[in-house]
Amino acid sequence: MTKPIAATNDFVVKFANVNGSGSASANGMFAKVILRMGVPVGARNIFPSNIQGLPTWYEVRVSEAGWLGRRGGVDLMVAMNPQTWDADLKEIMPGGYLLYDSSKPLPASKFRDDINVIGAPLTELIATEFSIPRERQLFKNICYVGVLAQLLGLEADTVKQLLTEEFKGKDKLIEPNFRAFELGRAYAEANIPPIGLRIKRSDKVGDRIFAEGNDAAALGAVYGGATFCAWYPITPSTSLAESFQKYCTMLRKDADGKNRFAIVQAEDEIASIGMVMGAGWAGSRAFTCTSGPGISLMNEFVGFSYYAEIPAVIFDVQRGGPSTGMPTRTQQSDLLLAAYASHGDTKHPMLFPANPTEAFEMGAQAFDLSDFFQTTVFVMLELDIGMQEWLTEPFKWDEKRRLNRGKVLTYEHLEQGVPFGRYRDVDGDAVPYRTYPGTHPTKGSYFTRGSSHDKDARYSEKGEDYTEGMARLLRKWETMKSHVPAPIIKKAKKRAPDGVIYMGSTDPAMEEALCAMESHGIHLDALRVRAFPFNNEVFDFIRDHEQVFVVEQNRDGQLKSLLVNEGGVHPARLVSVLHYDGTPITARFIIKDITEKLQAGQAAALPEKAK
Amino acid sequence: MTYLAKPPLHHPSLERNAVGFTRRDYEGRISTLCAGCGHDSISAAIIQACFEIDLEPHRLAKFSGIGCSSKTPDYFVSPAHGFNAVHGRMPSVLTGANIAAKDLIYLGVSGDGDSASIGLGQFCHAVRRGVNMTYICENNGVYGLTKGQFSATSDKGSKAKKGAENKDSAIDLVMLALQLGATYVGRSFSGDKSQLVPLIKGALSHKGTSFIDVISPCVAFNNHVGSTKSFDYVREHNEAVNRMDVISPRAPIRADYKPGELKEVVQHDGSILRLRKLEDDYDSTDRNAALGYLARKAAEGEIVTGLLYVDPDASDLHDGLNTVACQLNKLTDQELIPPLSALEKINASLR
Repeated sequence: MTKPIAATNDFVVKFANVNGSGSASANGMFAKVILRMGVPVGARNIFPSNIQGLPTWYEVRVSEAGWLGRRGGVDLMVAMNPQTWDADLKEIMPGGYLLYDSSKPLPASKFRDDINVIGAPLTELIATEFSIPRERQLFKNICYVGVLAQLLGLEADTVKQLLTEEFKGKDKLIEPNFRAFELGRAYAEANIPPIGLRIKRSDKVGDRIFAEGNDAAALGAVYGGATFCAWYPITPSTSLAESFQKYCTMLRKDADGKNRFAIVQAEDEIASIGMVMGAGWAGSRAFTCTSGPGISLMNEFVGFSYYAEIPAVIFDVQRGGPSTGMPTRTQQSDLLLAAYASHGDTKHPMLFPANPTEAFEMGAQAFDLSDFFQTTVFVMLELDIGMQEWLTEPFKWDEKRRLNRGKVLTYEHLEQGVPFGRYRDVDGDAVPYRTYPGTHPTKGSYFTRGSSHDKDARYSEKGEDYTEGMARLLRKWETMKSHVPAPIIKKAKKRAPDGVIYMGSTDPAMEEALCAMESHGIHLDALRVRAFPFNNEVFDFIRDHEQVFVVEQNRDGQLKSLLVNEGGVHPARLVSVLHYDGTPITARFIIKDITEKLQAGQAAALPEKAK
Repeated sequence: MTYLAKPPLHHPSLERNAVGFTRRDYEGRISTLCAGCGHDSISAAIIQACFEIDLEPHRLAKFSGIGCSSKTPDYFVSPAHGFNAVHGRMPSVLTGANIAAKDLIYLGVSGDGDSASIGLGQFCHAVRRGVNMTYICENNGVYGLTKGQFSATSDKGSKAKKGAENKDSAIDLVMLALQLGATYVGRSFSGDKSQLVPLIKGALSHKGTSFIDVISPCVAFNNHVGSTKSFDYVREHNEAVNRMDVISPRAPIRADYKPGELKEVVQHDGSILRLRKLEDDYDSTDRNAALGYLARKAAEGEIVTGLLYVDPDASDLHDGLNTVACQLNKLTDQELIPPLSALEKINASLR
């Protein structure tokens, strides 16, 4: 028999469930109890594109050290789905644990002999207390949380406190939940010997919050002054629009109950972005939220926004592509699509939040940038950030901060005789002035069009008018570089000839990988890209290192392509580390891939040295 | 005559409307469309209508898509902001602008290709939502800019200039607009300014979605024998159900018609639509009856014109959205940014 795994505050628990069975809230409760006990967790739903009946998993990584990326491997499997039993069992580390519903006997062949099997007759236990079938199904979930609480040492009072908060307003659900929890806990206390995995109260959570990226981005949009959301339902972005609705209802009603916001569910993604264009043109901060397929459809309008210079914000919650791809899996594979969306010469700014806190910040900042630069700004979320709860820094807002509406001429400006030409570069930064419709009876009107125009917005097919406008747009792009969020650079403890560049949700896995590699003598300077166009620091960083690993979650190395294309970097100096199976990247993957590539590089270099 | 610049000076004796503007203040750039194009007559009717309803020109917001018709917003009311959107997507852009700045008067100009083919979906959904706008389709049954292909409003059996016959059924945008809940629906003919100007005036004064289908023959590609959108064909088959005057809320009431001949409809803004019936059995306030009548007449090959339907008490998109009285684009930072205490409360709820 393999030695049972023994670990405190450092292990992975995975729940295998059937979707639609109500397991999500019980599993979420499990993660939150551990957080309340001061121990960091990284938690992820792995779910199908389906409403009921298909397998779904919830993975909780408990890490006192604070590593929140996915680890890989499972120490304790809570196997509640017969459909996936065999695969679920395979995932358990040797010496790990299996908790299953032992109400029905299973043949010995269904188990492994190198793991510790824990049976609890959950269905039977629940049947003694509950009679309605739906209740039996739901309370079975909280019953296994009771078993786990006993096995792992979760504080029963903390569980009960959370249940009370969760069902506030639906108070009659509190007592049966308590009962189901206690059924499981008491059974485990009486029948199951202690196991090697423990949760021990700690103080490593601090004032951090447990938040979803989509929810955070929507809240950012509220603080960023967005008044209009036009959207079309698509996984994994739908919850962003729903959260915007929730927060606006909470925070943007006037005394008479009237809305200081508008939300329209459009007929498709094209209409969504069209409405955003109209509102942006008329001076309201507007956004849409979508995923890759939606961006494909919005291309024509994004090009219009670039050329006619209309502010818009698009939250792209990236999922697995191409085509319908993997709607419920995560990727970073829309970079090229968004960066150069639409026909003709175009490019568009992108922001890359790495966690819900940044989703909030960039969710607000995107509106200042799009208003100032009068163009579409993409906030490149990912399913792994958008639809998962992350332990993250609390949301912050500076009360003195004002919304930067950019260069808008008002009635007073026009009345004072300030000259207006819609596409003139007055200030030398290539950013023109605009007016909102209806501003002044005789001054400041102009005609917006996607066809070629001169600097006063008049239709023109003259080559010099066209090139003047296109060249100014490039100069505007240059101005943008110093306004978008700067990269975050982490120097290695020792001098490092090589570097690594990454973005977005790769952040926690990369932090863990850097730390682990360092302990093995591999030192890398690291740079997290936070925006496109790339700031000059990004290319300085590449120049200062012999080779740079570019870690990203897509097949084709899209971030690398952008670096090569925009910075004239020699492709051979950038070495891709690519993870694209739809699961979040892990530290283990990064360490293995980089280590192998470094060793291969040294091996290749040997004959050179031998000469 | 597109090479001649319009003189910017106005004759001092030009008549001024109640808000102090002359008719010339509502003009635009010189049209680049073909000489004799029906669309230019529609632009002239829009200019006349805006002047007559005393609309301050900058309070109009003009939208269009792509095509000959969609070029026209450059040719009327220059002091208004204009937006020439991508092909078939004008309704969504107009909707977004209307949500941001609801106090302006919204006018969308489109064509049959822009509205009935590539943009049919957006047309339908904008009408469904009750966007407060006047949507004019300059309908010539043909793609002019690309030189003469059939459009989706071409009648089955209609002949192209080079003789090809259209085999597909036509989309009737008036019927669609009625079915989808438009609250002001009219049809007219670019050659009948006395009918068209009041229709536009009524539409611009209407709260809710107004749709006017204007048959506008294409002199270059669809004005020949065998076409059902030619000047001659439309004149021969035009059956007006009523004639209308639009009386502004300020105007004195005159009674120069016999009782029973007139129907007066008071709109939300106080304007009065005074309808003189030409068809005894036609009631412009009965949506279902209008649909039946139009279907019967279409089967007979007649083109029914006039104010076909109006609901003077219509609600619009903003009523449904429950938005504040202030335009969304005028809300201040203080009204938009929630207090820090709210954020701290949210943080606390996430622990």
